[in-house]
Amino acid sequence: MATETAIKKEFIQRFKPKVKAKAKKEAAKKDFVTVFIMGKAHKVPADATIMGAIEYAGYLIKRGAGCREGFCGACATVYRLPGDYKIYTGLACTTLVEEGMWLSQLPAIPGQKALYDLDKLEPNVATIQKLYPEIFRCVACNTCTKACPQDLEVMDYIQAAKRGDIEKVMDLSFDCICCGMCAIRCPAEIVQYNVGLLARRLYGKYLSKKSPELRKRLKEIKSHQFDNEYKELMTMKKDKLKKKYYERDLES
Amino acid sequence: MYPEYMKPSLDKVAQSRNKRFELAKSGKPVFPPMSAEEREEVLLKFHPDYKPESRRKIRIGPNKGESITTEVADILESHSRISPDIFDLSVPDYETDVLIIGGGGAGTAAAIIAMQQGAKSIISTKLRLGDANSMMSQGGMQAAVTPQDPPTRHYLDAMGGGHFDNKPELVRALTEDGPDVVRWLEELGVVWDKNEDGTMQVLHGGGTSRKRMHSCRDYTGAIILRTLMDEVRNHPEKITILEFMPVVELIMDNKGQCAGGVLYNLETEEYFTIKAKATIIATGGYGRLHIRAFDTTNHYGATGDGLVIAYRAGAKLLYMDSVQYHPTGAVFPEQIAGFLITEKIRGAGGQPLNKFGELFVFPREPRDVESSAFIRECIERKNGIETPSHRVGVWLDSPLIEMLQGEGYINKQFPAMHRQFIRYGIDITEEPMLVYPSLHYQNGGIEINEKCETNIPGLYVAGEASGGVHGRNRLMGNSVLDYNVFGRRAGLKAAQYVKSVKLGNLSLKHISEYEQDLKKARIRTDRIAPVLLPSYTPEDVRKRQLTAHYEGTLR
Repeated sequence: MATETAIKKEFIQRFKPKVKAKAKKEAAKKDFVTVFIMGKAHKVPADATIMGAIEYAGYLIKRGAGCREGFCGACATVYRLPGDYKIYTGLACTTLVEEGMWLSQLPAIPGQKALYDLDKLEPNVATIQKLYPEIFRCVACNTCTKACPQDLEVMDYIQAAKRGDIEKVMDLSFDCICCGMCAIRCPAEIVQYNVGLLARRLYGKYLSKKSPELRKRLKEIKSHQFDNEYKELMTMKKDKLKKKYYERDLES
Repeated sequence: MYPEYMKPSLDKVAQSRNKRFELAKSGKPVFPPMSAEEREEVLLKFHPDYKPESRRKIRIGPNKGESITTEVADILESHSRISPDIFDLSVPDYETDVLIIGGGGAGTAAAIIAMQQGAKSIISTKLRLGDANSMMSQGGMQAAVTPQDPPTRHYLDAMGGGHFDNKPELVRALTEDGPDVVRWLEELGVVWDKNEDGTMQVLHGGGTSRKRMHSCRDYTGAIILRTLMDEVRNHPEKITILEFMPVVELIMDNKGQCAGGVLYNLETEEYFTIKAKATIIATGGYGRLHIRAFDTTNHYGATGDGLVIAYRAGAKLLYMDSVQYHPTGAVFPEQIAGFLITEKIRGAGGQPLNKFGELFVFPREPRDVESSAFIRECIERKNGIETPSHRVGVWLDSPLIEMLQGEGYINKQFPAMHRQFIRYGIDITEEPMLVYPSLHYQNGGIEINEKCETNIPGLYVAGEASGGVHGRNRLMGNSVLDYNVFGRRAGLKAAQYVKSVKLGNLSLKHISEYEQDLKKARIRTDRIAPVLLPSYTPEDVRKRQLTAHYEGTLR
């Protein structure tokens, strides 16, 4: 990230003196925008992500940063833009700042999770109905879908959950990062991401086709079929092992 | 969008694509894999570990005199955050069977198994449960399940990848438990990529001689870890989760056994004590130390905290001189510099190319070799592509994947990667990515045996924080497997151990003794560790923060 690079100056000085001179020249002509972080104006680099801008402004993030690459959902952020009535949602780590952006991170999302013993569940609509009855309050307003920073068809998977189409819920919710934006915007107070998670677990355990090869391999290991070969490899002299390694065939 | 000046090079990539496609389709290696001698040469000359300033001698502690990664030596030769005398250890704030430090893959797997064994546990985690590198693994998990791939072949691949420095009993545990981890995770509800007939979809990774990479699209880590987290959360009566509450020191007893830890509430800045019959360190790695000033693929909290607290308590470290740089970190656009581009891209047929659109290395060498070859191509041969912010990288040709695997494959198998780039106007089904090695993994760590035991009774370690499993270089897909295999083993062993252990009087004497050692070695530093959080505050802002001392990190 641009700002991370800028503050690693001391390292850059040590290792890349030439690059530093170049970077300095370019920094002088760098563009800045004004953003309002929780209402307070800050000048930040125009090409910064929201997370980069917050740190550039001097905040040490505790809640609101996780993987920093769009996988963990820790950095849910809401913002508005000048002259625009809409409320926007995004991940601070992957959304770029814009001039006049008014933003606030959501430090945590309250969302209830049903407790269950997966071994005792059946993969059907009755299970979902029992654990998350509120999904039937869905008014199909599509706000959840519009709020999703992953561009998932959230409303569609909630509709699929109502029909008990667990495979569809699994497929449509697969890339969910549990940031909670859907839940916080939902007028029916559904916690969509937890419904998706339940459906994926039901699918993986009960509905996915099982692998006969895997079952066979587990049997082989249990009957100690590889013990001798392991023993041989584990006590082999390094030179011999090395030779064996470099001579091994590659599956194409 | 790529800047205009890159167009001639992009054209060359497109022009050579058909020819490379024909070669890839032939089934022969698209570039000759390196011999042992060639590997050694490129590593010695270009791997960042082999630069003289990359390592220095550590002056105190169990590994005293050993040459280790400079940045790690720095955090080990540091002061504690606490004054041990302040704590009244006779009345701990929490008591439990097993204290699990870290809420990532290894920690959650350990908690589930410990619970099934009847042990109660507390998971202490610095950020939220699941804020871990485990969440970010994209490409997959190795496990030998196909008929042509016995687990012993997996063993051989892992040993060779690790330059035969791996501890044999750990590699056996890793590879022999592999298939059962696939089963266990599926029974917990992980949705694996499968073929029509239900067999597992498997791909190659760097350094694999058989296809054994299991995946969940390119959200493998996210799917697995969210499943484990959900299972943990289903059992609040057995597993207590303390978020934003990292352990900043271990507590010992007067018999030299590990007996818990000191917690720091990151938000209220209070300290608490936990008395535990057994402790599992599952704190992950150290990418956020930005070793050698590299960008990192790692999550925000990867600051090597577990190494520090274990070392102060007397735990021995192994292979702490070895750092993994992932060959394919993004270098363009600037906003995603350092981000992980999954190795699954190369597993599915993607190829690294220089500015002339030519292959210069076998695409699936072990990571350290592949990374070194990229650095050589850019630095020595000057065949890299420079970005507007003066980074340099090589192309990673993804459109070739669509030709090899069929149209739509990228959208189906690489949704995360596609998303990452389309935000910046780059469609990876049509254009390649620009990549350079990025700081990725802590190869070494706290030394363990196959039961996850350390040299300290009652202290177990699992996952990236441990050392020995991967020797001096981990292969792709062996870390996801590692945290599952050893997370489960640590949970099991710790739960068995707590049934018989008798704790003595609790003590933080080791902290005062370590402080004495610093003094004796004449180490003068204002550094305080664990680091907890990296600081990305600009220098001019820091200068104005007059009263900030340390809060999560040094200022």
